[in-house]
Amino acid sequence: MEQLHNTTFPTSGLAKRIVPCLDVKDGRTVKGVNFVDLRDAGDPVELAWNYSQQGADELVFLDITATHERRKTMVELVKSVARQINIPFTIGGGINEIADADALLNAGADKISINSAAVRNPKLIDELAKAFGVQFVIVAVDTRHIDDRNIVHLNGGRIATELETLSWIKEAESRGAGEILLTSMDHDGTKAGFDNTLLKTVNNAVHIPVIASGGAGSMQHFVDVFEQTNVDAALAASVFHYGEILIPDLKDVLRANKIEVR
Amino acid sequence: MIGIIRYGAGNIFSLTSALDRLGFAYGMVHTEEDLAQYDRYIIPGVGHAGAAMSKLEQTGLVPAIKALQKPTLGICVGMQLMTAYSEEGDANLLHIFPNKTLRFKDSEHYKVPHTGWNRVHQDKQNPLFKDIPDDAHFYFVHSYYIEYNELYTLASTNYSLPYSASIWHNNFYGVQFHPEKSGVYGETLLANFSKI
Repeated sequence: MEQLHNTTFPTSGLAKRIVPCLDVKDGRTVKGVNFVDLRDAGDPVELAWNYSQQGADELVFLDITATHERRKTMVELVKSVARQINIPFTIGGGINEIADADALLNAGADKISINSAAVRNPKLIDELAKAFGVQFVIVAVDTRHIDDRNIVHLNGGRIATELETLSWIKEAESRGAGEILLTSMDHDGTKAGFDNTLLKTVNNAVHIPVIASGGAGSMQHFVDVFEQTNVDAALAASVFHYGEILIPDLKDVLRANKIEVR
Repeated sequence: MIGIIRYGAGNIFSLTSALDRLGFAYGMVHTEEDLAQYDRYIIPGVGHAGAAMSKLEQTGLVPAIKALQKPTLGICVGMQLMTAYSEEGDANLLHIFPNKTLRFKDSEHYKVPHTGWNRVHQDKQNPLFKDIPDDAHFYFVHSYYIEYNELYTLASTNYSLPYSASIWHNNFYGVQFHPEKSGVYGETLLANFSKI
């Protein structure tokens, strides 16, 4: 049987995931999007469909709507996306309680991402994992270097917490996070590459998938993050939205570097 | 027309959306009487296998499902329900297949849940995988897997060990991955099932 397995089955086969992230406000994408063939660059559904056709493996929608109508607009968005898109997607932003998550699950979201709400109330992770399964719960962590330590930040990196990043991530895992989305606020927006040192430390310390975020500027940065840290997925926004990196080209480069992609 | 077995386990919006996109008619099966109006069935399922089996038993549909003669596709936990037993909840299941559903062992190199797009190797030829290349990627999210079995494994995935990505016996089919989330090939598989 051993020999059969060696010859019959591929030895690996789990693809590294490429994840475009869309910022959404009041049901519309907010960051500039520069696709040539879009009829409506502000329509998250059309944008999402476009990315799925290009070969994106997964999508993240970050809702930054600040009004009390938020849940309703998010649910409508999720339904529209689920109707049109044939790849998995995650919704983040403003999820504070079980009822928020339940509404999004029923609308067709594959996963939810929680950030500040988990820091303020860590038990929310346990509750969500118990109610919906760990695979539904991504804990997003924004981190920044302060005096040689990595510290969890809130509100887009503006507010430092008391939490050390790695210990918070391990706590999130033990409470039932199914995946970690780690954004380096020091690297975010620099286009100088991912924080591979921290990502490697985190990826080695947990047994759940890690999504790298913050710093993507070139295709080589994606090669580097997968080769140097072995994270499961890499997320980026502007390099995809502005067409600086096309996903089919990126997949070709990763493939040429012997990195498993879809 | 496809009958979707409804027993309260998980959300089916993504599945019905995929069927809508493909233009396939479907309806819901809540009771044994509902079964007759469909020519094939999908057993969906997300979540805890033991809890899902309890819910399925509460519908009273179990004997009728085991006796189905028409093509029937279990997806994810819906496929696991067709096996004999799951370690998840230490539960006896439908026993349409003798295989067991086991938990991935904790391992340094293989994260659990198994999450993402994994290659699927077609061990047998079957219309379910028509027009889908061998070793194509499908989208998986699961912590429990169905043992590899030469008789019943239709397609396999190797994740720390080879296991059943798809099973097949007579009119019964199962897939561990989510065809409704697996891009074009996932839609091809659903289309293939609708013609079996």
